Amino acid sequence: MTQRPLSPHLGVYKFAYTMALSILHRIMGSALSVGFLVLVWWLMAVAQGPDAYAAAIEVLRSGFFKLLLGGWALAFIYHFCNGIRHLFWDAGVGLERHQARRSGAVVVVATLVLFALFICAAYCYVPVTE
Amino acid sequence: MSLRTPLGKVLGHGSAGDGVSHWWQQRVTAIALIPLTLWFVIGLLRRSAGKFEVMQDWLSQPWTALLALLLVVTLAWHSKLGVQVVIEDYVHAKGAKTTMLLLSTFIHFAAAVAGIFAILRLALS
Repeated sequence: MTQRPLSPHLGVYKFAYTMALSILHRIMGSALSVGFLVLVWWLMAVAQGPDAYAAAIEVLRSGFFKLLLGGWALAFIYHFCNGIRHLFWDAGVGLERHQARRSGAVVVVATLVLFALFICAAYCYVPVTE
Repeated sequence: MSLRTPLGKVLGHGSAGDGVSHWWQQRVTAIALIPLTLWFVIGLLRRSAGKFEVMQDWLSQPWTALLALLLVVTLAWHSKLGVQVVIEDYVHAKGAKTTMLLLSTFIHFAAAVAGIFAILRLALS
């Protein structure tokens, strides 16, 4: 096979922060794929019964996993917001450079705000449904 | 001058052989995941997720089980498509690429079946 260059041609562009947002979308998405496996593992623990669930919760509540869960929450919020940005692009909306840069900024701010709200919900909120 | 055959042009399947179906399925699952993931995250945050009885009670309700099944299947499919693109874009060695694509497919399929099994067991027992 000929050694022709294959896309994506990562080294040929001048850096713009929208590039970072683009690659972050993939990185966060890949991280969420691993998170999906954890979700299934958690579902299996519920299906297995109280003992297995208690063991799973103990693992999930360990310091290291708490950090991971926070990371997955951040990854989900970012991928969710930026995914909606991508869907607008797919509909042909907001493709001009200045629009893409502005929507990128909106995504970053929305992610930070929603993540802060999530942290509040996870730590401060007392569930009403028992 | 184009080297593409008239038939190839008409079919519009491109070099991958399946046209825009991968791209389209990624979008369809993305749109479906907006309400499904919101429902799940909010539902989880509103409950004491650490308590087995609370989670068992929630997940075994018919509507919860239905939405959870849709979530697991859609997530698995969206994730499988996404990981496939990442592997195709960054892994260029043919053997490694094929192996990783196969592994990803198997893991996603197994995870989807495990998720479906877990939800059905909770809902039907």
